[in-house]
Amino acid sequence: MNPYLDDFPVLKEPMNGKRLVYLDNAATTQKPLSVLRAVEDYYRAFNANPHRGLYELSVRATEAYENARHQVKEFIGADKDEEIIFTRNASESLNLVAYSYGLNFLNEGDEIVLPVSEHHSNLVPWQMVAKAKGAKLVYLYPDATGHLTEEEINSKITPKTRIVAVAHVSNVLGTVNPVREIAEKAHAVGAVVVVDCAQSIPHYPVNVKELDADFVAFSGHKMLAPMGIGVLYGKQELLDKMPPFLSGGEMIEYVYEQEATFAPLPQKFEAGTQNVGGALGLAAAIDYLKQVGYDTIMKTESELLRYMLDGMAQIPHITVYGDTTGATERCGVVSFNVDDVHPHDVSSILDADGVAIRAGHHCAQPLMRYLKVNATCRASLYFYNTKEDIDIFLASLKKVRGWLGYGA
Amino acid sequence: MGLEQIYSEILSEHNNSKRNKHHIDNPTTVLKGVNPSCGDEIELELRERDGVIEDAAFTGIGCAISQASTSIMIDLIKGKTKEEAIELSKLFFGMIKNEITDEDQLEPLDEAIALKDISHMPARVKCAVLAWHTLENAVEGEHAANHEH
Repeated sequence: MNPYLDDFPVLKEPMNGKRLVYLDNAATTQKPLSVLRAVEDYYRAFNANPHRGLYELSVRATEAYENARHQVKEFIGADKDEEIIFTRNASESLNLVAYSYGLNFLNEGDEIVLPVSEHHSNLVPWQMVAKAKGAKLVYLYPDATGHLTEEEINSKITPKTRIVAVAHVSNVLGTVNPVREIAEKAHAVGAVVVVDCAQSIPHYPVNVKELDADFVAFSGHKMLAPMGIGVLYGKQELLDKMPPFLSGGEMIEYVYEQEATFAPLPQKFEAGTQNVGGALGLAAAIDYLKQVGYDTIMKTESELLRYMLDGMAQIPHITVYGDTTGATERCGVVSFNVDDVHPHDVSSILDADGVAIRAGHHCAQPLMRYLKVNATCRASLYFYNTKEDIDIFLASLKKVRGWLGYGA
Repeated sequence: MGLEQIYSEILSEHNNSKRNKHHIDNPTTVLKGVNPSCGDEIELELRERDGVIEDAAFTGIGCAISQASTSIMIDLIKGKTKEEAIELSKLFFGMIKNEITDEDQLEPLDEAIALKDISHMPARVKCAVLAWHTLENAVEGEHAANHEH
């Protein structure tokens, strides 16, 4: 019996008359009671606009919000609280870097290097920058197992490279990218390294120093926190020289008719009233993750992943993408297809058994084209999943082709 | 929602047979229809003469529901006038929106009635209506549009 199940009320909701088997954790995770309570407590007991009011309630809200920032800083091993910017999600964090850093510090002919497997959120903003500045996007292509080879990295990162944008973990293949090696190479040529940790931090410890990243982005909602809160970490010397991304309330110092001066970090990048409830939810999520422990999370997920991949290998007409041998490090994200059946049909058929998986291009259309598939199914794990979940998933998967009139 | 109502024999037959999935000679209209969010992509080819759809077929990729719906539609519209085809598409949209439920009224939709229960699967409605929206645009001479709902 999984000891964490009781903390996640939604996992007990019946779906289509069946027990919910939630295998879409790479899209968003479920929220434990402690996170729900933290958000509720904020709105019940100390809701006020932080940083503004001069009264006790607002002071409490400010303290709680800034404590949440401090907790995030400690969690990812940053130097200073000022280096933690709250955003809505990883996408907004990455857009902030693209618009504020990319548009101001890139020039014509500069190169932005990124894996073809990047999520659209770490790809499309760079396309915008490249178009606006006359810069060039240079793609890293993975080998057959989904991994970026040293040779590929060394041949693409050159003195022309100004930015390297890379996901810590691929949201489609579960591949763990060699971020540290990439950062070393990038820094040797003077490029800035932007790491999308949206798919890693829920499952792996993320330490910005160990990754040697200049910017790190992630979403709260993929790591037990509410939707609408995300984080951008940036090295202070970089954040200091970047202009504001969004402007308006709360991010200013003095405003005159024709000009304004801006607040210091982190407020410079936090225009308008912030999602304080979300930040407190994120802090509670971090507490919960620490309590479970990354060792337990990784152990549980790798056992479940092995069990799932072995089970899928027993079913005919299934193609799994990426490495299935266990030879290399990968997270519990499994993209696959069933011969002759479109992923949307697979998803609907599994749904009838209460099994929730994702089907589509997973916001990674360039990777889909590179893999020569139109779309895939994706089952993704979290520590609250169980072997029974996998058994139900596998039993349902076996029936898929039958529903479409194929033999087996 | 039972899968029996969705993954019926008619649907499997149309999805598997591919008999309407090819190019036609001398098409007068070729129009693409796309569901950007899920990647269903069809290209509808029509040959009209004197306001009558003389021949029709399609190419493309997509889920069983989008493919079968397109194939069933092609069977229905061949030999029909443009106006009749538009009438059928309106009837089809009415059925999928669960606005028209009367069996007698739905009768002209013939095999397409097999897709009736998609009205209870909101996530799949756009798969079922893709072909019919494309047809509507093709007949009314509009340009390819995105049909994301």
